[in-house]
Amino acid sequence: MTPLIRTENLVTNFYTYEGVVRALNGVSLVVDHGTTFGLVGESGCGKSVAVRSMMRIIQEPGRVEGGRVVAFFDPRDKRRGIDLLQQSEAYMEHLRGDQISMIFQEPNAALNPIMSIGDQVAESFLFHKKKEMAAAVLAAMDRENGRPPWPLGAFQRALYARTAVSPRDPLVALTGRLPLVRRWQMRLRREALRRSVEIIGKLGIPNPEAVARLYPHNLSGGMKQRIVIAIALACSPLLLIADEATSNLDVTIQAQILDLLRHLKETEIASILLITHDLGVVAETCDRVGVMYAGNLCEVANVTDLFNAPRHPYTRALLEAVPRLHQDGPLRSIEGAVPNLVNPPAGCRFHPRCPEARAICRKHFPETVHLGGDHSVACYLYTDRPRGEGAA
Amino acid sequence: MSTLLQLRGLQKHYPVRGGVFRHQVASVKALDGIDLDIHRGECLGLVGESGCGKTTTGKAIIRLHRPTGGKIIYHRGNGGAPVDIAGLPASALKRERIRGRLQMVFQDPTTSLNPRMLVKNIIAEPLREQSSMGSRELETRILELLSMVGLTKDHYLRYPHEFSGGQRQRIAVARAIATHPEFLVLDEPTSALDVSVQAQILNLLHTLREKLELTYLFVTHHLLVVKYISNRLAVMYLGKVVEIASTAVLFNRARHPYTHALLSGIPIPDTGRRSRRILLQGDVPSPLNPPTGCRFHTRCPFVIDRCRAEEPVLKTFSDGHRVACHRRDEMERLVRDRFGR
Repeated sequence: MTPLIRTENLVTNFYTYEGVVRALNGVSLVVDHGTTFGLVGESGCGKSVAVRSMMRIIQEPGRVEGGRVVAFFDPRDKRRGIDLLQQSEAYMEHLRGDQISMIFQEPNAALNPIMSIGDQVAESFLFHKKKEMAAAVLAAMDRENGRPPWPLGAFQRALYARTAVSPRDPLVALTGRLPLVRRWQMRLRREALRRSVEIIGKLGIPNPEAVARLYPHNLSGGMKQRIVIAIALACSPLLLIADEATSNLDVTIQAQILDLLRHLKETEIASILLITHDLGVVAETCDRVGVMYAGNLCEVANVTDLFNAPRHPYTRALLEAVPRLHQDGPLRSIEGAVPNLVNPPAGCRFHPRCPEARAICRKHFPETVHLGGDHSVACYLYTDRPRGEGAA
Repeated sequence: MSTLLQLRGLQKHYPVRGGVFRHQVASVKALDGIDLDIHRGECLGLVGESGCGKTTTGKAIIRLHRPTGGKIIYHRGNGGAPVDIAGLPASALKRERIRGRLQMVFQDPTTSLNPRMLVKNIIAEPLREQSSMGSRELETRILELLSMVGLTKDHYLRYPHEFSGGQRQRIAVARAIATHPEFLVLDEPTSALDVSVQAQILNLLHTLREKLELTYLFVTHHLLVVKYISNRLAVMYLGKVVEIASTAVLFNRARHPYTHALLSGIPIPDTGRRSRRILLQGDVPSPLNPPTGCRFHTRCPFVIDRCRAEEPVLKTFSDGHRVACHRRDEMERLVRDRFGR
């Protein structure tokens, strides 16, 4: 397995009036090339904060305060990792939506209500793929007429040639802003729109040309979620992060979207990082699963191992609390509630609700042990050693 | 088993106004003829996608709104004559003491509890409205209710924001059972909660039903939850009931293609059983202008010409199992041949 993105001891805190919310307490996880990694946990356990920290889109008053996020975009080159936390904001801007893209939970909030669907998808191309598209436009221009009419046509052609070489050229940026002159970039926009219609059609939406002209309020929830996925997929990313992408949808629509994601995984994108609270979704789509509780990653395993032989007491309790298709006997619930992260319990954060808590659990956080078969757990049932640096 | 409530052709049409004089131009047919019997002491699950009229049915039964047509016949527990509560005015409902007997727990406890009221007052509100109690009597009753839902005396003088989601839902349950109801509408009581807390609330509702001899209408879109708690299930699609059966029959021998699609769409938390899906194409049609014939025909994988023209009625298929589908007799074979389930 070759890692695609790896976090090491990621620590994120939120500085609120009530105190410091320790949302991530040293999370280390690896997403490999070509796998679907599921991140599960209850609300407020830090799933979304973890991926937002990885993408560096944590909002105020939050701050990523420690650890590393190393990305290996070239699967053949294992040594050349890039620490995303050290990169400039400009670098991250070009990374987001291009190599790593994200689907957000609420499609209503993710789409701009006053922009047409086609323009919203095209935005992604215009930002990331200007160079490629300008080259395509140039080729098309050359095919159409051998000699452009002088002087306007020549200037227009020169502009596209300039964009194809350096899309961030100040002259290109200037002509994109001036009224009237801006029309010269029309072909670029038309090309982007053509590509967005193509990608909308690829996601199984009938009549994509008509849909591209519609606005978000014209579409149903499932269609909107498909459009959000289309925006995320526009630049064929290496990693697609789906943050509760199906939680707000109905069962039949959720089935459609999950099927779509599984299909895309085979054809378009390398890896998916799926955040969800629904263990059923995890069992159906993921290869590897990480279970989070109160800002800690407590167990990581392959999906069959996790469901057949859960090791961490929290994972066991969580699996027993889900109603099954062949449920007999009462549901086992976990007593108590998720702790407040302003003032988390000392030691292992699960100990107040854990049936197997011992004295040491109350003092120190356990180190993460690797059991056989890619299965790692942070629990004193399997180790005696507390975690080293980074532990609270 | 005696019947508690009978819904007969229940309708709720919301007017859509337009034009210069704001006259009615169309109507949203949220409920379009619901026939349903609710037996005393059972938990009837009502499932379906969002917008199919599940909540509207629940609210019509406790008369939070007035249905535009049909009957709700309520057989009172104290031996009174059955009454049709669909058309009763609010004053009559109160005079006949029906309001307190039919109660509801809402979906999201953060919005259904008034943030400016103490827990004490939240639970006391229905008691004050429905009965005249002395303040000491009221206090003992509230404390009794709190202990019934697993809260303590410490929680008596607090505000809703001081509680977690699960505890808030417990307060909402306490408020609903305060007036000794015999029937509760539970409108997605666990969908705003986490998995571990959801199990606590489900178990609480289960024990309360046995202890207080309650009847539930459990409205949800989550089929595994409803399977755990319900005896019978009714499946709704676009303002109509399409299938009713006992839970075991519905999960094993469903006869309506929509039920099959719903069941196969459940993500199962078990890696050994990844099964083939019945994927429905497209979305639920608009209730403004529902399709002619069978309302499901636009998405049904087994559609025939008859479905487009003629609307199927809810017919008894076998004991207590009622289906509204033209091809109900051959459905099992069709699903097996097409999807191998």
